[in-house]
Amino acid sequence: MSLRNTPFHARTGPLSEGQAWRRWAGYVVASSYELSHEREYHAIRNAAALFDVSPLYKYLVSGRDAARLLDHVVTRNVGKAKVGQVLYTPWCDGEGKQIDDGTISVLDERTFRMTAADPTLRWLYLNSSGLEVSIEDVSERTAALSLQGPSSREILQIAAQRDLAGLKYFRHTSAQIRGIPVTISRTGYTGDLGFEVWVDAAHAVPLWDALMEAGTPYGITPAGMLALDVARIEAGLLLIEVDYFSSRHALIESQKSSPLELGLGWTVATDKERYNGQAALEAERRRGPSWQFTGLAVDWDSLEQLYAAVGLPPRVPSQAWRVSVPVFDPGGRQVGYATSGGWSPLLKQYMALVHLESSSASPGTQLRMEITVEHRRKQATARVTPLPFFNPGRKRA
Amino acid sequence: MAKRYDVIIIGGGHNGLVTAAYLARAGKQVLVLERRPRVGGAAVTEEIFPGFKFSMFSYVVSLLRPEIIRDLDLPRHGLHILPLESTVTPMENGDYLAAWSDHDDTRRELYRHSPRDAEAYDEYGRLMHFMAQAVKPILGMVPPDPTSFAPGDLAALLRLGKHFRGLGAERLHALVKLMTMSSADFLDEWFETDVLKATKSASGIIGTFLGPRSPGTAYVLLHHYMGELDGVFRAWGFAKGGTGAVSESIASAARAFGAEIRCDAGVTKVLVRGERATGVVLEDGTEIPASTVVSSLDPRRTFLQLVDARHLPSEFVADITRFKFRGSSGKVNIALAGLPTFTCMPDGAGGKLHRGAVSISPSMEYVERAYDDAKYGEFSRRPYMDIVFPSVIDPGMAPPGKHVMSIFVQYAPYRLNGGWTDAKREAFGDAVVNTVESFAPGFKSLILHRQVITPVDIERITGLSEGNIFAGELALQQLFFLRPAPGWAKFATPLRGYYQAGSGTHPGGGIMGASGRLAALRILKDSA
Repeated sequence: MSLRNTPFHARTGPLSEGQAWRRWAGYVVASSYELSHEREYHAIRNAAALFDVSPLYKYLVSGRDAARLLDHVVTRNVGKAKVGQVLYTPWCDGEGKQIDDGTISVLDERTFRMTAADPTLRWLYLNSSGLEVSIEDVSERTAALSLQGPSSREILQIAAQRDLAGLKYFRHTSAQIRGIPVTISRTGYTGDLGFEVWVDAAHAVPLWDALMEAGTPYGITPAGMLALDVARIEAGLLLIEVDYFSSRHALIESQKSSPLELGLGWTVATDKERYNGQAALEAERRRGPSWQFTGLAVDWDSLEQLYAAVGLPPRVPSQAWRVSVPVFDPGGRQVGYATSGGWSPLLKQYMALVHLESSSASPGTQLRMEITVEHRRKQATARVTPLPFFNPGRKRA
Repeated sequence: MAKRYDVIIIGGGHNGLVTAAYLARAGKQVLVLERRPRVGGAAVTEEIFPGFKFSMFSYVVSLLRPEIIRDLDLPRHGLHILPLESTVTPMENGDYLAAWSDHDDTRRELYRHSPRDAEAYDEYGRLMHFMAQAVKPILGMVPPDPTSFAPGDLAALLRLGKHFRGLGAERLHALVKLMTMSSADFLDEWFETDVLKATKSASGIIGTFLGPRSPGTAYVLLHHYMGELDGVFRAWGFAKGGTGAVSESIASAARAFGAEIRCDAGVTKVLVRGERATGVVLEDGTEIPASTVVSSLDPRRTFLQLVDARHLPSEFVADITRFKFRGSSGKVNIALAGLPTFTCMPDGAGGKLHRGAVSISPSMEYVERAYDDAKYGEFSRRPYMDIVFPSVIDPGMAPPGKHVMSIFVQYAPYRLNGGWTDAKREAFGDAVVNTVESFAPGFKSLILHRQVITPVDIERITGLSEGNIFAGELALQQLFFLRPAPGWAKFATPLRGYYQAGSGTHPGGGIMGASGRLAALRILKDSA
């Protein structure tokens, strides 16, 4: 009984300098390989970072009614998606409250790969009654690496010995890397140019070696979850159990959120037949969601003043944080809360992901966020900022 | 003339001691009278074999109410509950099912048996958590009488109604199912893995004379789910020093508040003068007067033995006569030279196996067949068993390197065909030992001593009628405002000055102390 190692552990294990590991879906993955995650973070924005994302839950949904099943479960329109496309999508319970979010890759007309943050097999089964569909949990036998950063395409092109310029944002393709069959999708969790490589777990280590070899001249850097956490906040990407609670785990109603409240209104299709939560989501769209999920940029001058008042230079968190922090309007009324935050080394900005009452959520609104300065609770001024904080042109180019 | 007490409590089991502590805390002159040489009732630790200490009857702690622990400051009086973290169920095909303390470990283990059940398990756990939360407030309340128009009853019923409405439709429906279904049917709605259902269903039959397919057992499932330690539901533990240490800590708290506790002082009769309880008579004939008498014994002893039936309404006497006990469990306590090795898990998962419980419930059919034997008056040839090794968690229970093993066994019917004899007791012990041996070959050679306890022994030693471990079956028709009799669920009795405080009153069952506390609060209210 111990946590499981991913198929890449033979390589990632020896790289860990401080033995800093973190749990993810029953596996251990590196928090950071080096003692500080700083260089790993900069690799994401400056060169290429290699992440082991194998713990993701993965399901293969196939058969005549595969698209029908998925369309019934998720909010995006799967029926309209083309082969080669990848959809990012949430899925909801009957009341339109979000259960989880993940991706669906259309492998062919009848075969889809779904990724999820939480186990989803039972939910798919419960929704498949009367449908001709097979649902297979391929979490264990599929390993995955995420290569993210400006050099990621060049590295993959060398490794796969083919041009990937035609592989557009949120598309995938089959390829071979040193004779290993892989699927390459142009997806990731960093908001940068980046790819995820899906491979049979048996070929995991040779794939790692191939990418590292091809990437070394380009500064490829194995990176852990701490660096990823900073990048995903810059990219405005939400994290389950941190930025929202699955409606299946929530203990009380107010812990649940709808995709519309989470800034995912764009993923809720208006052009498809019945799906879980449809009526509730349509009604919510008509009346407007009561909450918004958005960015908040803490005002540097205000932060500096709070620290100056106690005789200290301003301090910023050295790692991204994941706790609930109250947010107030200028009158001192609490109008929301931040769920993730941290310092962006790239943007030189103290940023937070926040849930705000809709009336206080328009971009530019002046608010205050609680900051603890030398053991005392203070409030720094902050401004509502649309997400993402960072959105480089290369992400989609 | 003996010293006069405000309150005499008959029976020094944990409930009687809790009542004593609360009353003494409120300034009453309290005397507890215990028939045996030690306090604890069914929560006693005894050195049955030199150097080996056993929680002779009740062996795990979970339901002990947190407010009692706080109010009586029990940790300061020696209470230390150690975690019991896992359950392993050996299967007949050599495989096993385990529930570990870590969520990821458990999920992976269930996934091995059924990927879908691995996910259903979490949802089931969440539902049961909600259900336990829904029922929990009831455990701490004096049951209102639904037929009464008294303002207090109406207000309590109203609060209860509001509470249930507040649950929401989904949870209310689940609660109704739990109240009406068999544990087997209820679990069928959730899981497909037979051994998982068997192990879960076992907690629905403990202390009842019912099988997993008998309606009403789903509630008992929930009763056991309500175990709570440190605010965490479904947490079970061992008391350091055995369950006797729980009783000792309550006794110590009671004494600190000024209560007097006398052992070797069995009560034969409650004195009645002018249709009011005025004291008690001890086995040696001594009379001790008191303004209030509390019985923490079970309803049969409280009303049919300690008091003359002519002091009680005949309908009430009839109700108590009908109250079901039907003891169905036995206990085998074993002193071991070493820990047994189970075929299904030879390495014992690095020690985790023996730190937790081993459940002998390999299939639904196994558990149901165990019941079939009992239904027709025999003990189960291959019984359901809940096995723990307390000395692994609390080394003080056995000499270094040696161990004690506690086997809770069901079914062993109180009314055995032909009656229990010494030979039958040993045959029952053999059935238990042979069944364990079939899952852990070599086990028998480790046995240094064994103590076999049948329901008749439980009755003889602790006084629990028919050896029922809950002082009356935990069946739906015997719970809440029906426990122990309609109209008399509020700790008072038809005899003025006479109160009831044992597990035979609401909410009953397990080392909970709730009955004892509620009785004390009722007495204080009445005397105010």
